[in-house]
Amino acid sequence: MNSKQTIINRIRNNRYTPVEHPGYGFEKIVFDDPVQKFAQTIRLVGGEAYCLAYPSGKKPEAKAPMTDTQPAVAADAVFLGGKSLEEVVKEFYPDAKNISSTVEGFKDANVDVNSMDTPHETKDIDLAVVKGEFAVAENGAVWVCNTHNKHRAQYFLAQNIILVVDKNNVVSNMHEAYERVDMGDAQFGAFISGPSKTADIEQCLVIGAHGPRSGIVVFV
Amino acid sequence: MSHAPAHKDHAINCREFNKDQARVSWHDKALYFVREKRDRASRTVPEWEALRDAASQIKQHTLYKMDEYLLEFEKNARANGAVVHFAKDAQEHNEIVYKILKDNNVEKLVKSKSMLTEECHMNPYLEERGIDVVDTDLGERIVQLNQEPPSHIVLPAIHLKKEDVSEIFNEHLGTEKGNADPYYLTESARHHLREKFLAADAGLTGVNMAVAETGVIVVNTNEGNADLGMALPPIHIACMGVDKLIPKMQDLSVFTRLLARSATGQPVTTYTSHVKKPLEGGQLHIVVVDNGRTDLRAHKSYSHTMQCIRCGACLNTCPVYRRSGGHSYGSTIPGPIGSVFEPARDLKTHHDLPLASTLCGSCGNVCPAKIPIPEMLLELRQDSYEKDLLPAGKKIALKAAGVWLRNPWAFDTGMKIARFMLRNLPKSWINNKFNIWTKQRDMSPAPEKSFKEMMKERKGH
Repeated sequence: MNSKQTIINRIRNNRYTPVEHPGYGFEKIVFDDPVQKFAQTIRLVGGEAYCLAYPSGKKPEAKAPMTDTQPAVAADAVFLGGKSLEEVVKEFYPDAKNISSTVEGFKDANVDVNSMDTPHETKDIDLAVVKGEFAVAENGAVWVCNTHNKHRAQYFLAQNIILVVDKNNVVSNMHEAYERVDMGDAQFGAFISGPSKTADIEQCLVIGAHGPRSGIVVFV
Repeated sequence: MSHAPAHKDHAINCREFNKDQARVSWHDKALYFVREKRDRASRTVPEWEALRDAASQIKQHTLYKMDEYLLEFEKNARANGAVVHFAKDAQEHNEIVYKILKDNNVEKLVKSKSMLTEECHMNPYLEERGIDVVDTDLGERIVQLNQEPPSHIVLPAIHLKKEDVSEIFNEHLGTEKGNADPYYLTESARHHLREKFLAADAGLTGVNMAVAETGVIVVNTNEGNADLGMALPPIHIACMGVDKLIPKMQDLSVFTRLLARSATGQPVTTYTSHVKKPLEGGQLHIVVVDNGRTDLRAHKSYSHTMQCIRCGACLNTCPVYRRSGGHSYGSTIPGPIGSVFEPARDLKTHHDLPLASTLCGSCGNVCPAKIPIPEMLLELRQDSYEKDLLPAGKKIALKAAGVWLRNPWAFDTGMKIARFMLRNLPKSWINNKFNIWTKQRDMSPAPEKSFKEMMKERKGH
């Protein structure tokens, strides 16, 4: 008898009290302004969120200004005054030489990941500008799915990452999120929440463990 | 440096850890701080208790239909292009992994955190056969270089101070002597491990959740190490216990909401990676391991341990764990859940562990899957008594206590004498070497009257 059958038999030979699946009838947290909630949450995990345009029908309040080198520190998403994505990328990462992108229409990418033979070639990417399918307000996560991206390594091996998400695609909680997750033919999908980090040395939080050193989300 | 304990008795092993009081105090506070972060994170979710109920019930439902879900998972994972292997025990698990590596001429393996491979003692098995195994989680790498097992399931190097890490890295990675800055040390590890990732022939990861409905496996990390390990080398081996199964994709919502909040107080781990297919031109192997789990499932009480999602919240809250350190347990999984999971499968080896608890109940209260840990610890104590596994002295003491506690007159009189002695004997007589309660403190002052007497007087009014 092979081990699969042994394990299945061990399970079948012992009855377990029937327990039904509980379903999802309970009330879940929903936010009035998921974009702003997302921005607040991602700051807690070392990331930042910005908006290229006003969320429809909302008038932005004055926020802390962005300096030349440092992204602004503000509780809410920072409104970037109708700048283009290319301008924002240049402002945040003026020194990035090798830029890859999975965002349709992004003009400043100079590295084509899909033409690379091995994922190892993504190691010299300074900045990956990646399309996020949607964002989750309760935990600052963005869903990426590599349907049209040959090497998922670029999400993790690039020194920095900017996730670009449609401002209308922000859900409140993970239940709504999994309603939207459809991996289809994709190899891989991930929720990414902020930059890679570790606290394995004396519980001291260090941003930039093995993956990207920054985690900026730009709503377009 | 503390290494794997020689004794198999928690009460003796923790003496070693307790030699350095400053370190114990730091360990205690650091973990309680994590516990407090967990409290704050849980309070941001109004439906927290509903989530715990759902988690507990989904896991029990999966256990109920485990054969169906296991076969459904296998079928879907195969359809996605994965190779699914089954291992009935640790030995077979190691053999399967080694065979995959050998068949593909793999020399260098990068690994992300997997308590299962610790349980199977896979690293030494592979190393003996010439495989270069590199743990890539920072904490795991530290303990691997220091040749010791992790002392916590989420924070593997929590027993070490930054000065220890500095020494370890100086010896193995050539970092500056005496530089114990966590930023510097982490950056050095980043460079060291990136080279390892790029040079690896295969990557091995654990599995946090495996979804029957789609054959998708989910891996949670903060560092991105598991992701690099399965995005660069062409071969990905994912090792999972049968208890990682869940029925549907939507069930992931419950566990992703609970896991990181319970573990470290984060709203979610940085990376929640869903693997469906192998890399283009690569291989994806999923090794499904039993190793005593289906026996646990068959037990009326201990089956609850199969609900565990390995968040570590019970370790962080446990007053015994925080003051004795993970290595004192002499088991793969330390702390309250380990003190059930290990003896429930092998009571003879681990009968000391159910006693490594005050039964304060905190572990059960913080558990995101509502595992009744205190109740199981108590039941395991009864089992060890019945199976005659307790040391002779403890057994006699328990027998005597049983007689004494069952007799109200003997109890009242005994307590009266005890109160009298506590009040009137010189302290040096009470704090003697036979009284283990006064090792690090004095006995509390004895009250004038017993609770029973006070209640009697109250009723008289």
